[in-house]
Amino acid sequence: MSDDILFDLKGVSKQFVKGKETITIFDGLDMSIARGDFLAIMGPSGSGKTTLLNMLGGVDQPTSGEIHFDGKRVDTLSETQLAAWRANNIGFIFQFYNLMPMLNAHRNVELPLLLTNLGKGHRKKSVAAALELVSLSDRAKHMPKEMSGGQQQRVAIARALVSDPKLLLCDEPTGDLDRQTADEILEMLQLLNREYGKTIVMVTHDAEAAKYARRTLHLDKGEFVEKDLAA
Amino acid sequence: MRGFFSQIATVVAMNIMSLPRRLWMSLAAVFAVSVVVAVLLAFLAMAKGFEETLAGTGTESVAIITRTGSQSELNSSMSRDTVNLVSTAPGIAQNAAGDPEYSAELYVIVDGIKRSTQGKANIPMRGISPQGFSLREQVTIVEGRMFEPGRNEIVAGQGVQREFDGFELGREIRFGKTAWEVVGIFSTGGSAFESELWADAPTVQSQFQRGSSFQTVRARLEQPGNVEPIQQFIDNDPQLILDVETEADFFAGQGRALTGIAIFGWILSFVMGLGALAGALNTMYTSVASRIREIATLRAIGFSNSSAFVGTLVESLVLSVIGGIVGALAAWLFFDGFSASTLGASFTQVVFTFELTPELFINGILLALTIGLIGGLFPAWRAARVPVVMAFQGGE
Repeated sequence: MSDDILFDLKGVSKQFVKGKETITIFDGLDMSIARGDFLAIMGPSGSGKTTLLNMLGGVDQPTSGEIHFDGKRVDTLSETQLAAWRANNIGFIFQFYNLMPMLNAHRNVELPLLLTNLGKGHRKKSVAAALELVSLSDRAKHMPKEMSGGQQQRVAIARALVSDPKLLLCDEPTGDLDRQTADEILEMLQLLNREYGKTIVMVTHDAEAAKYARRTLHLDKGEFVEKDLAA
Repeated sequence: MRGFFSQIATVVAMNIMSLPRRLWMSLAAVFAVSVVVAVLLAFLAMAKGFEETLAGTGTESVAIITRTGSQSELNSSMSRDTVNLVSTAPGIAQNAAGDPEYSAELYVIVDGIKRSTQGKANIPMRGISPQGFSLREQVTIVEGRMFEPGRNEIVAGQGVQREFDGFELGREIRFGKTAWEVVGIFSTGGSAFESELWADAPTVQSQFQRGSSFQTVRARLEQPGNVEPIQQFIDNDPQLILDVETEADFFAGQGRALTGIAIFGWILSFVMGLGALAGALNTMYTSVASRIREIATLRAIGFSNSSAFVGTLVESLVLSVIGGIVGALAAWLFFDGFSASTLGASFTQVVFTFELTPELFINGILLALTIGLIGGLFPAWRAARVPVVMAFQGGE
């Protein structure tokens, strides 16, 4: 496997049992994601794009096949090992931001750092840097309900970035935002990819959003149709 | 390890900070626990107060002599001759003049009107000899003076004055056809004697047509706790059909009568506790349900499922401890020092004070913690098993 490959999926199958019926989402899927990639995954509802994102994030397990991350197999890890793996390697950005409503922006961004051994001073510096990156230094003490949707998503991005993960997984990151705000968020993701070398996988149903990615994969019934849309 | 504890501390803090979102439900759970704890503590304080009153009544240095098999003072009876004979028993202390220190007493029941219910209740009226006063520990006249022998005068215990109408100093009170004047109020430091009226023994005998009969003899012991010489004296004289025991033993036996109240209190609180437990479970399940996306998000970030478990459990414990403290404070405010009376072994009213001791307070908090622990355990288990994919679902 090349050193440039961050994620490598080999023969991944995923099936769900619903009542008496077994639904196959993926059947022997192979794919790889290179370091520094910004990949958009599009597809109709039920095409498996969220399931794929969940498997990449170690939130869901494949029925069969192998998932390698940075050269190490991760689909066989236990729940606890996966939680630790996510803490070290993955930053999540959700459609509805998923900020903790009772914590201010600073405290929300700090959450992933609480899983590390960093001291208070270090954590404070890292949070300040992450908030500065998303241009929200002046909102550190604000509660989520005191911020707009776009600002909340920027806080969520800062939270995803703060522990310097190798990969950002974005689930419809602009799905809850107006066009202009969505573009700002996408520009930010593009900046993180281009300037800071972050590998990003983004699930979206918005073709405009996908244009910000280096490449877009279209999923249909568990199979890829690749189109180069990179700018 | 540091990460593990900071995870748990963060989740606990977040759960507590999010309580206002579930304010009413959480308050209902707190209220349910507080009611259970207050009820338990009221019963325990009652039992404790009664026990303390009777335990504080008897002393080891005084023997109480009753007719064999009488079990209570009311059922006992003895003649003047018997009193004279037993008072010469060895083991009874003598005063400076060389006379035995004893008090032959009789015990009659009179009616009083309870302040609380305005209903009639029995009050023990005790005829005592002049020495009888000094045979009680901690006894003091707090108002007025001692009765004079040969006159229809009574001194009333503070408990009687507190619980019954008409025993203020200087008041005249009628029992049957005779009128008595309250000339003094006495205190015995909270013991059961405070539930009594005292008067001159010969006067009580004549006014209540008791001839020359008495019911009990109280005698100071030469050696505190040692009734053996008196017992031997009684055993060796076939005329004396009497029991002797220390006053402390006598009242301790009567104090056990209310042990049942404490047991009843525990049973009642257990049944009510089940109700509070259902409330706690409901509250905590709702809490978990309302935080599912937060729990799943934290798990996605990398927080362990044990942090979700501990966080939920601690929230439940915090709510129940608040309930426990509120309940205990309510019990303390309403019941500690609350004076009540109940039937003693002679079917007379024993006035006692509810006592909420630190030990009982701890019992109440432990009960609250138990409700919180069980009520939080199952919801905490559910919280720990929230699928991480829930983080990706649903909007606000």
